Amino acid sequence: MRHRSLLILTSVLTTGALTLTACGSRDDKGGSDNNADGGGVTVVIGVDAPLTGSLSALGQGIKNSVDLAVKTANKNKEVPGVTFKIEGLDDQAVPASGQANATKLVGNKDVLGVVGPLNSGVSQQMQGVFAAANLAQVSPANTNPALSQGDNWGKGEFKRPFPTYFRTAATDVVQGKFAAQYLFKDAGKKKVFVVDDKQTYGAGLAAIFSDEFKRLGGQVVDTDHVTVKETDFSSTADKVKASGADSVYFGGQYPEGGLLSDQIKKTGAKIPVMGGDGIYDPAFISASAEANDGDLATSIGYPVEKLDTAKKFIADYNAGGYKDPYAAYGGYSYDAGWAIIQAVKAVVAANNGKLPSDARAKVTEALGKVSFDGVTGKVSFDEFGDTTNKQLTVYKVEGGKWIDVKSDTFNQ
Amino acid sequence: MNELPQQLVNGLSMGALYGLVAIGYTMVYGIVQLINFAHGEIFMIGGFGALTTYLALPGGTPLWVAIPLMIIGGAIASVAVATAAERFAYRPLRNAPKLAPLITAIGLSIALQQLVWGFYPNAKDKRSFPEFTGEAFKITESLQIQRADLFILVLAPLCMMALGVFVSKSRSGRAMQATAQDPDTAKLMGINTDRIIVMAFAIGAAFAAVAAVAYGLERGQIGFEMGFVLGLKAFTAAVLGGIGNIYGAMVGGVVLGLAESLSIAYIEDIPGMQQLGGGAWSNVWAFVLLILVLLVRPQGLLGERVADRA
Repeated sequence: MRHRSLLILTSVLTTGALTLTACGSRDDKGGSDNNADGGGVTVVIGVDAPLTGSLSALGQGIKNSVDLAVKTANKNKEVPGVTFKIEGLDDQAVPASGQANATKLVGNKDVLGVVGPLNSGVSQQMQGVFAAANLAQVSPANTNPALSQGDNWGKGEFKRPFPTYFRTAATDVVQGKFAAQYLFKDAGKKKVFVVDDKQTYGAGLAAIFSDEFKRLGGQVVDTDHVTVKETDFSSTADKVKASGADSVYFGGQYPEGGLLSDQIKKTGAKIPVMGGDGIYDPAFISASAEANDGDLATSIGYPVEKLDTAKKFIADYNAGGYKDPYAAYGGYSYDAGWAIIQAVKAVVAANNGKLPSDARAKVTEALGKVSFDGVTGKVSFDEFGDTTNKQLTVYKVEGGKWIDVKSDTFNQ
Repeated sequence: MNELPQQLVNGLSMGALYGLVAIGYTMVYGIVQLINFAHGEIFMIGGFGALTTYLALPGGTPLWVAIPLMIIGGAIASVAVATAAERFAYRPLRNAPKLAPLITAIGLSIALQQLVWGFYPNAKDKRSFPEFTGEAFKITESLQIQRADLFILVLAPLCMMALGVFVSKSRSGRAMQATAQDPDTAKLMGINTDRIIVMAFAIGAAFAAVAAVAYGLERGQIGFEMGFVLGLKAFTAAVLGGIGNIYGAMVGGVVLGLAESLSIAYIEDIPGMQQLGGGAWSNVWAFVLLILVLLVRPQGLLGERVADRA
């Protein structure tokens, strides 16, 4: 008997913990029940992001920012007769989870648009599901060019694979080239060691960077790859030191990037590590006590703190009482959510103040035409669903903080 | 510049870390034939125990005073969790089919990760861990040893020696060997096998705590996920060295660590193998080595010598 009760205790504990991992996303109550009273319609904006796991700091920022957009729209009665709410799902940065979430969102009739995901690799698995259901998706953070321009974008053949896919983040083509130009021209580095994490985002960015750096006349002295979730990169760090490179470019995310930079510096090679928006996070600097001064990152847009349009967003976010900061993609997530709200507004206005029966297709169509002044600047989409906003900023670590050193509009 | 000595040091320190964690897998397997997949999380909890101890110490405590206390604090946490897991999760299943405790171990591993993720303050992101200050020791132009590497390279052999003496000389150690050979007969001889099994879990957990402190000192950060990959590697090290054999665990760890660092550095220099080198492939080469060893010696490098497995 005693043994049986122990067994039950253990299984309850285990089950409890398993449930914990899945919680935080139980807002399934469909809005359609509300239709009867007062004529108000509920429109759900799905959010898919890594809400747990090592990228959860970014994911929570995305979810909270969309939540803020929705609350603002409800407060201002942005779309008369329509109440917005969000349904946040956790993909843990795993492509298969993203696909399952996409299927779930498609299954909820009230979902008319989805913001997310964070990772390009996850997006690849979600696009098809959304396209089949005519459901619009706006990613605040995907930067892989193939997502909107097709697999052969590198050869100059641009073909939009999914008409339902939009993004408020600029692509890696813009970011990688911008980084190469800064490192070669502004920072005067000629010999770079390129490391990536083999993921869709990291490997793609590193390849674009390398091509542009070589085109400018720089030299890629060697390359290496690291594995996500590992923490000991000392062998790679020693290769960097032995190669005599004067700088390192890292295509990947901050958990690995922060450690790689620290371990390179520990070998005694005092050279800067540069990366994309994936490493532009305070956690990159706080990865360990080793100083990161001189490290560089590019990120999309002008610094949110410096845009007049963003001041209200930051004030509202802080007033909203969110537990986690808005992080790197907060502004883009707010704009992504707001773009969907604007599209719904246009659709409702064109249909005598009511949602049409084919609302999803109409919203997707309207999304291609939205244009408004958002947190991150002018928000609108080109014929591929990419943002027309190509502003970028280079940030540098100084005194343990990311400081913006150059902001520019990329053209070419 | 000759990279080889540096890569050997990298491999040795990585391997020593694997070895310390592998002890936990191999001791438990040696006695109850259970692969304790939650051991990676025991390692992680040791790290968080050490961090908690460090944060509780008055600010400005010198690191050489703090480290022994952190090891003790980490070991208290990891041993408490490991013995509780043994008592409440594994002991009730001791006579159940072998798959039941295995699945329990996997469930426990997820549960422990999520508990730390959910309830340890700010554990959703990486928590920073104290580090040695000061430059690395420069031996030659191409060889320098980080202070944290030195720490584990000194501590791991000391721990191994202490364990070796304990298992072969002490009364409890001999009782442990007896239990490993034949639990039923050991019981008939008056050995409290339940106590011995708890002891095996506890020793493994204490070693894991030492490893976790070394890990934190070297990386400068710990996180709730840190036990997963490292646990898998340590388990591999235990199998490579011969699971059930404590010296095998250390040998397996060192071989695995060296294989990883050397494959990162040198595979790509072999003509035609450029694509198969670098950090991306180090795990592949480590497992190729494991398969080759197991093909030739299915019992692992040092074999499962029943006489002194414990």
